[in-house]
Amino acid sequence: MEACREESQVKLLGWRRSPYVTRVRIALALKGIDYEFILEDSENKSQLLLQSNPIHKKVPVFFHNGKTLSESTIILEYIEEAWETKAPNLMPKHPYDRALARFWAAFVDDKLLPSVWGLLKWQGEEQQKAVKESLANFSLLEEALRTSSCSGKAYFGGDEIGLVDIALGGPLVHIKNLEKVINIALVDPVKLPLLSAWMARFSETDELKRILPDPADVFEYLSAKRAKVMSTLPGI
Amino acid sequence: MEACTEEEQVKLLGWLRSPFVTRVRIALALKGIQYQFIEDDAENKSQLLLQSNPVHKKVPVLIHNGKIVCESMIIVQYIDETWDTKAPNLLPKDPYDRAIARFWAAFVDDKLRPSIGGVLMGQGEKQQKAVEESLANLSLLDDALRASSCSGNAYFGGVEIGFADIALGGGLVSLKAIQKVTKTVLVDPQKMPHLCAWIDRFFEIDLVKGILPDPVKVLERISYLRAKFTSAMAGN
Repeated sequence: MEACREESQVKLLGWRRSPYVTRVRIALALKGIDYEFILEDSENKSQLLLQSNPIHKKVPVFFHNGKTLSESTIILEYIEEAWETKAPNLMPKHPYDRALARFWAAFVDDKLLPSVWGLLKWQGEEQQKAVKESLANFSLLEEALRTSSCSGKAYFGGDEIGLVDIALGGPLVHIKNLEKVINIALVDPVKLPLLSAWMARFSETDELKRILPDPADVFEYLSAKRAKVMSTLPGI
Repeated sequence: MEACTEEEQVKLLGWLRSPFVTRVRIALALKGIQYQFIEDDAENKSQLLLQSNPVHKKVPVLIHNGKIVCESMIIVQYIDETWDTKAPNLLPKDPYDRAIARFWAAFVDDKLRPSIGGVLMGQGEKQQKAVEESLANLSLLDDALRASSCSGNAYFGGVEIGFADIALGGGLVSLKAIQKVTKTVLVDPQKMPHLCAWIDRFFEIDLVKGILPDPVKVLERISYLRAKFTSAMAGN
C-alpha cells in the first residue's frame, strides 16, 4: 500500500523528444514505477517548469512526494537510491564499479554529448575537427565496453542495463539521426563493433522501444537546427 | 589490521595548488585515511598520470589497491562509500538530501567554475558578462546556505562539512586569488552574507587549514595565467 502511495506521488515534467527526459523515463520504466508525465512545451516553458527549476530552467524536473529534483543523472541516482530494494539495480554494488559507472556517465555528459551537439554548428575545417573529436570520444566508449567489468557483457552495466547505458541510451535516437543530418557515420559498425551492437541491442529492447523518442520527430528537429545554422553561415 | 592494509595502498596523484586535488585531500583527511601523495608537475605531466588517466589526463587520480579512480567528486564519493563505516559520512543518508548535495556540487563544476574562469580569462565586455554571471551563481549559493542555516545547519550538508562544502571549498583559495588579480569583487559581503560566513567558517576548520593550498603560490599561478590570457588577446 505504502509503495503505491509513493508511486502516485511521482511526477515527471518534460517533453518526449528530450534525451535527458528519456533517461529518466527509462529508469522509471525499468524499476516499474508509475508516474504522472506532465508534458511541457519546449517552445513555451510553463510557470511550473520555471518555478520548479529556477536555476537551470530545463527539463527533466522530477517530483517525488512534493520534493523537486533536476539534472537527469542526479535524478537517475535518486531513483536508484529511493527505490533501492526494487529490482533491477541501476548501479553496481561495489564502490569501485560505482565510481567507474559515474565516470563514464559523466564522460557522456561532459565530453561525448558536447562534441556530438557541436557537430550541428560547424562547417568545413571546424566541422572536421569536431567530427574527429566525436569519433575519438566514441572510440573511448568502445574501449570501455571492451575492457574490465564490461568485457563480454551485453551492457556497460554488465548483464543488465545500468547508469551508463541509460546515460548513453537517452540521446541514442539523436545520435543516430544526427549521423543522417550531417551525413557522417559516428558509430561505424566496422570500427566500433561493440558500441554498434550495443546501440542495436538497446534500441531493440521491447521495454525501451516505446520510450525512445520518435526518430522522425528527432530527425526533423535536428535538420531544422542544422538548416538554421547553415543559413547564418557566410557563403563560400 | 585490514583497515591499515587498505590505507597503506592509497595513493593520490596531483599537485597541491589544484582545487580538485584539494577536494580529495580534504575528504581523505576528514576520514582519517593515510595515503601517499605523489606530486606531479602541471607543466610536465608524468607517464604515471598519462597512463592512469588516459581519458582526461588530469589530476587528481586516486589509486587504491591498484585500482584507479578519476574525477574529484567521483573520488570523494568513492572514498565515502569505501570507508562508509568511518565517520564522518560525506554524503547524507537520505536519498533526497544526497541528490541535493550532488546538485550543488554539480552546480559548482558546471556553472560556477566556468563563469569564474570567464572572469580570469576575459576582458572588456566579455569579462563584465562573466562577472555578472559569477555574481548570480554565487548569490544562488548564498541562497542555498541561507536555507541551510534556517534548518540550523552551518554548512550545505548539515552541521558538519560534507560533499557540497568540499566541492566549493576546494576552490576558495583560487577564488580569492582571481578576485585579487582581476580586481573584481565576486564574493560580496553585503549581498552574500551567508556565503561569506560559510567561507570564514570553512577557513577556520583546523583540518582544512592544513590542507588548503599556499595562497602565495596560488596567487602566483593565477597572476601568470591572467598575464598569459591577456597577452594572447593583445596579440590578436
